[in-house]
Amino acid sequence: MPDLPEHNYIIEARGVVKKFGFKTVLRNVDLFLKKGDLLALFGHNGAGKTTLMQILCSLMRPTSGEICIAGFDLPHDSESLREVIGVISHNTFLYTNLSADENLRFYGMMYGVPKLNKRIEEVMTLVGLSKHLKDRVQTFSRGMQQRLSVARAIIHDPLILFLDEPYTGLDQHGAEELKQLLENFRDQKKTIIMTSHDLDRGLELCTQAAILRSGTLVYKEDIAKIDKGNFKNTYLKFTVKKPLFA
Amino acid sequence: MDFVQKLWAIVWKDLTSELRSKEMILSMCLFSFLVLIIFSFAFEMGFGDSKKIIPGILWVSFIFSGLMGVGRSFGLERDRGTIQGLFLCPMSPWGIYLGKMIGTFVFTMIMVIFTVSISTILFNLNVLPFLVPLGLIIFLGTLGFSTVGTIFSAISATTRTRDVMLSILFFPVSVPMIIASVKATGTVLDGKPIQAIFSWLNILAAFDLVFLLLAYLTFGFIIEE
Amino acid sequence: MMVTHKKFITETIQFITVFMMLAALYAIFFYAPVEKTMGIVQKIFYIHVPSAFLAFFAFLITFVTSIIYLYKKDYKWDVIAACSAEIGVVFCTIVLITGPIWAKPVWNVWWTWDPRLTTTLILWFTYIAYFMLRGAVRENQRANLSAVFGIIGFVNVPITFLAIRLWRTIHPVVITTKGLNMVPPMKHTLILTFIAFLFLFLTLLLCRTRLENIRIDTEKMRALAEDRFDQE
Repeated sequence: MPDLPEHNYIIEARGVVKKFGFKTVLRNVDLFLKKGDLLALFGHNGAGKTTLMQILCSLMRPTSGEICIAGFDLPHDSESLREVIGVISHNTFLYTNLSADENLRFYGMMYGVPKLNKRIEEVMTLVGLSKHLKDRVQTFSRGMQQRLSVARAIIHDPLILFLDEPYTGLDQHGAEELKQLLENFRDQKKTIIMTSHDLDRGLELCTQAAILRSGTLVYKEDIAKIDKGNFKNTYLKFTVKKPLFA
Repeated sequence: MDFVQKLWAIVWKDLTSELRSKEMILSMCLFSFLVLIIFSFAFEMGFGDSKKIIPGILWVSFIFSGLMGVGRSFGLERDRGTIQGLFLCPMSPWGIYLGKMIGTFVFTMIMVIFTVSISTILFNLNVLPFLVPLGLIIFLGTLGFSTVGTIFSAISATTRTRDVMLSILFFPVSVPMIIASVKATGTVLDGKPIQAIFSWLNILAAFDLVFLLLAYLTFGFIIEE
Repeated sequence: MMVTHKKFITETIQFITVFMMLAALYAIFFYAPVEKTMGIVQKIFYIHVPSAFLAFFAFLITFVTSIIYLYKKDYKWDVIAACSAEIGVVFCTIVLITGPIWAKPVWNVWWTWDPRLTTTLILWFTYIAYFMLRGAVRENQRANLSAVFGIIGFVNVPITFLAIRLWRTIHPVVITTKGLNMVPPMKHTLILTFIAFLFLFLTLLLCRTRLENIRIDTEKMRALAEDRFDQE
């Protein structure tokens, strides 16, 4: 069932288990992704999507399991790993009383980005906010904040992107723009993992889809083999709870 | 070099953010001013031999209002949800700690200098002849305060009863620092030579070094989930 | 096999503790002579001093096991650290209660700001804070944070002691703590109570950790049952 680990995987996670106290949140999750893959991770609230993301981006230490991302072993090399990953979540990680420029400058300095001024201009143009460079983030709309958050996450040109519910709080227009950005990254051969509630949003971009159910990875398939129209039924089949006494 | 640049980034970010709202600095200064006033009423300053309690009053107001600020060092990052962004940066936990600590130190120092200036007027205190020894005590004392305070700020920011927890953790541990600072300040204000406070300065320096070392060794565990 | 072995050791230690405590009580009241100047109240000394020693010893164990926990990340050590701190707080409380009872008739004050006394009081506050912290943090960070605080609190003790001693020597000392002139039976009694208290500590630590482990096992089973429900 699990893919055979090969040498060219950029994300390798074997037997990842996470417990909060006595509660098991992730059980034996195996995940292998190649460069250029975009994995959409689906699942109910509390299925462990966010926990898995936090473990993969080195914010959380797994209870057990081996993780190797871009050649760095977690949690041992987490400091070096952080230089090559970018994280976007529904939380923007932006300092709202600083301007867009100051936010990017801070994160750029933290990542040691060379020629920072030029890079800030680049990413601001990319997310279409160059007019608002000197504006404070608290004056931004939710969609603008999320786009700035994308700029923040890619300021150091990461190899791998983690997106935890990136579409939360975005209107149709904002979501469309985010989709365009993500499409760009996918075409640049960046590896992306994205969690989502929204099946259609997730499926339209991904090269692979996976489903988590109460901490277990129950489904993982290539997009080529997925019947997109019928995916809702597949999702339900894998996530719906059977009654305890049947 | 890289480390210093990142350190500066954190300090710069905290200072810019604070200078924009001035919310914390102002409330800290105002609070410590109020504490001075209340203590003056409580201890009937200006009647009889009231000079003796000035060092105590000063340090109590430093610490009370300092705690207000230090609690927000990590508390605010957690409230705004920026803390994960900070932890995601490729920097050692020690570096993140040091950056936040320096920011706290600067804010507390501003408040302390303000409080001392106010008290020279309120208590008819002439600090000019003691500027060097007093500055040394205040520097080491405030450094110790920020060192311990930042560790406990990170710990208490994870709890629900944040401010109460911070005080409960901070006060027992800060006893040597408070005793040494108060006694040394008293000795200096009595007009004794600087040699008289060397043993106190030793304790303060030892306290600062021990806690910097402890932060270096344990801060990674504090922010780990 | 392993379980019965462990049980045997525990029961032996419990038995020795009972025996030693009875012997210590006998020695305190019948073997040791009544002190000339202080009178019968001096007997509290045989409880007070070993308790102080044990409180300190318990916190030392918390300190050491906290370090081991952070190094090995095995919750077993966190349990021992917490249990030992709990026993330490109990003995610390005993010290803080017996101290004034002894001090009042002898020195005519309940409390003196003696370095040892004051340090004990600060120590008591520190470990009360340790338990407040354990209660307030989320489960996945509890062991880490309390281990860090267990280390910080203990490392701070010598600095606190030094600072308080220096503070006291500068104030005029009204009351001095003279060394007791001890006759051999007093010394023997003190040594005996020390050993008895050490065994008492061991018994308490064994029982407390066992209780805590049982509690954890129960929680684990409950979590497992809920887990099954989630999985179905």
